[in-house]
Amino acid sequence: MSHESQRTTTTERGRIRVTGFDTSVFEDRDERFEWQQDESTVSRDRMTRAWERFKRNRTALVGLAIIAVMLFTTIFARPIAIEGITIQPFSLAPFDPTNSNFGALNQGPSAAHPFGTDWSGKDILSRVMYGGRYSLTIGVITVGIALSVGVPLGALAGYYGGWIDEVIMRLVDILYAFPFLVLAIALIAVLGQGFWNMITALVLVVWISYARLLRGEVLSVKENEYVTAAKALGARDRSIIFRHVVPNAMAPVIVQATLGIGTVVLNAAALGFLGLGLEPGSPEWGSMLARGRSSLIQGQWWITVFPGLAIFLFVLSINLVGDGVRDAVDPQGDTSGGAGVRE
Amino acid sequence: MSADEEPLIEIDGLKKHYSTDEGLLDRILGDAETVKAVDGVDLEIAEGETLGLVGESGCGKSSLGRTMLGLEEPTEGSVYYDGEDLTELSSAELRDYRKDLQFVFQNPFASLNPRLTVSDIVGEALDVHGLAAGEERAERVEELLETVGLQASHASRYPHEFSGGQRQRIGIARALAVDPEFIVCDEPVSALDVSVQAQILNLLEDLQEDFGLSYLFIAHDLSVVEHIADRIAVMYLGEIVEVGKTEEIFSPPYHPYTRSLLSAIPEPDPLWEGDRIILEGTVPSPINPPSGCKFHTRCPIAHDECSEWDEHPDLEEVSSTHGIGCPFHEEIQDEVGSSADSTGAESTAD
Repeated sequence: MSHESQRTTTTERGRIRVTGFDTSVFEDRDERFEWQQDESTVSRDRMTRAWERFKRNRTALVGLAIIAVMLFTTIFARPIAIEGITIQPFSLAPFDPTNSNFGALNQGPSAAHPFGTDWSGKDILSRVMYGGRYSLTIGVITVGIALSVGVPLGALAGYYGGWIDEVIMRLVDILYAFPFLVLAIALIAVLGQGFWNMITALVLVVWISYARLLRGEVLSVKENEYVTAAKALGARDRSIIFRHVVPNAMAPVIVQATLGIGTVVLNAAALGFLGLGLEPGSPEWGSMLARGRSSLIQGQWWITVFPGLAIFLFVLSINLVGDGVRDAVDPQGDTSGGAGVRE
Repeated sequence: MSADEEPLIEIDGLKKHYSTDEGLLDRILGDAETVKAVDGVDLEIAEGETLGLVGESGCGKSSLGRTMLGLEEPTEGSVYYDGEDLTELSSAELRDYRKDLQFVFQNPFASLNPRLTVSDIVGEALDVHGLAAGEERAERVEELLETVGLQASHASRYPHEFSGGQRQRIGIARALAVDPEFIVCDEPVSALDVSVQAQILNLLEDLQEDFGLSYLFIAHDLSVVEHIADRIAVMYLGEIVEVGKTEEIFSPPYHPYTRSLLSAIPEPDPLWEGDRIILEGTVPSPINPPSGCKFHTRCPIAHDECSEWDEHPDLEEVSSTHGIGCPFHEEIQDEVGSSADSTGAESTAD
């Protein structure tokens, strides 16, 4: 109580003054932080960092390697000629996949035909190698077209909302209501069989998931202050959507699209198996499975197993790569990016 | 602000109501509720002036800032700039005015697009309005970065390579790119460290001097506003309850709400036993605000008739520059004087 006299309480403010608005103190100190990063260590952008994370994922790299090998054998299986000019002269496949050899029908695997031959003596190894052209192009083209339809529609629905959103998303709901195969069968029945008709049928069911996914992302990304900032600068909607919103909303769509290639290949094979795929006799993996169905009972397993394995390997690899991509672009693993972080 | 001077910006009866309806069903069934974020605000901002806007969270400060710049569609009211009613303009016509009216955002981590380089972020305004291209654009961006205290070499970096304070500087450089007259600063320092806050505040003041800017400075930190603002407007539940020069706000006569806000400023003196006016309850919901004076549910000097008025009382001019939206504001001084001892204990507990 003795020091009470010196430490009297007060109701007056301002006995202790904090004078902190003089920045000369900080400016001196700031100089020390003005260090220059070496150009080599400056991480360029998110894609570079994502690739670095992807490279650390062994299983994804294995998947990528399998896909690379399949792509390689497919491309170099037979020469590729465009309008009479041969642009790829190599021919890895031992036989022409469409040539029948009636001297060797339904033969089991042998030195001459490592995967055996089918009912008309066609070499199955050659057909599996060459058939990748159908399956892989169908997968890539379908996903590509589906993205170019689904991404703009999803972005518009999410960004503008209101009746635009209602129209697009109700259309998506309607398409979602159909089982995929029913819709595809109906469509192919109308359009007829063929490469582009099959792609049309596949695109119709694939784009909806991209549109829905992107719309959801856009809904959250468009609330970011940098979008408001662009509006405050007077940027046009088109530029806001494709410069600020979509690039920051694409990560999950890219993951979905990668995985989607596998699904599409599988669906194409299913259509081929049902006889709704390409023209009969095309060395497409699904169609080959379908043709070999009857001979499986007769013990000629090689006719179905090898194209089946090709489908399995490709879809598995795509899924491994897709998982790797997911981990790589996952914002949770992205410690330095601030997208979507709001307190 | 002297009365003969034409204000730079005049806000007249501005309202912004948000509807809570979500989707088609709500619209059909029609039981949507309305959030009255901004409910009839009149304000004037003079050239070269900083108007501080204070109030607690959710009182509509940011909504007011966004609505007056046309980032949100106003429900009612007008915003006059340069004799033109901004709320009447189409978005294309408004684009020209964006060169004069700019915005600095609260959260420097969310207000910069993580995928663009600083050069693209700052240069976007130049692109949008066709102000500079090519070599000239690069020079202008570097000049802007140096204006806000960054290095020209930072232009090629991405936002994640910067600290919070540096990011806020980038945000300010972006707003400055169009050479604006007026900037709404929506809590520009509340996400920053105290030491960095001071730097940014001083930067804003320097820029005001150099470029003759006017600010609407939104904040909830009264000490920040006291430092930077020429005049202060106090907002409660979407309405302005008191407006005046900074020293007028910080000295009697007070609006009862302002009085309690001021009493909540932290005091570093451990032996300070000043009165801390603790408001009872929470802020009423803006969906269903109280009748009459919206503050009457928590007001320490509330009278019975406060709830019976049709609307919030008009600001009563206690001087030419100072308006208080409470007819009983004289009572607050008496009350403060007598209750100084009794509330001392509460302040330490808070």
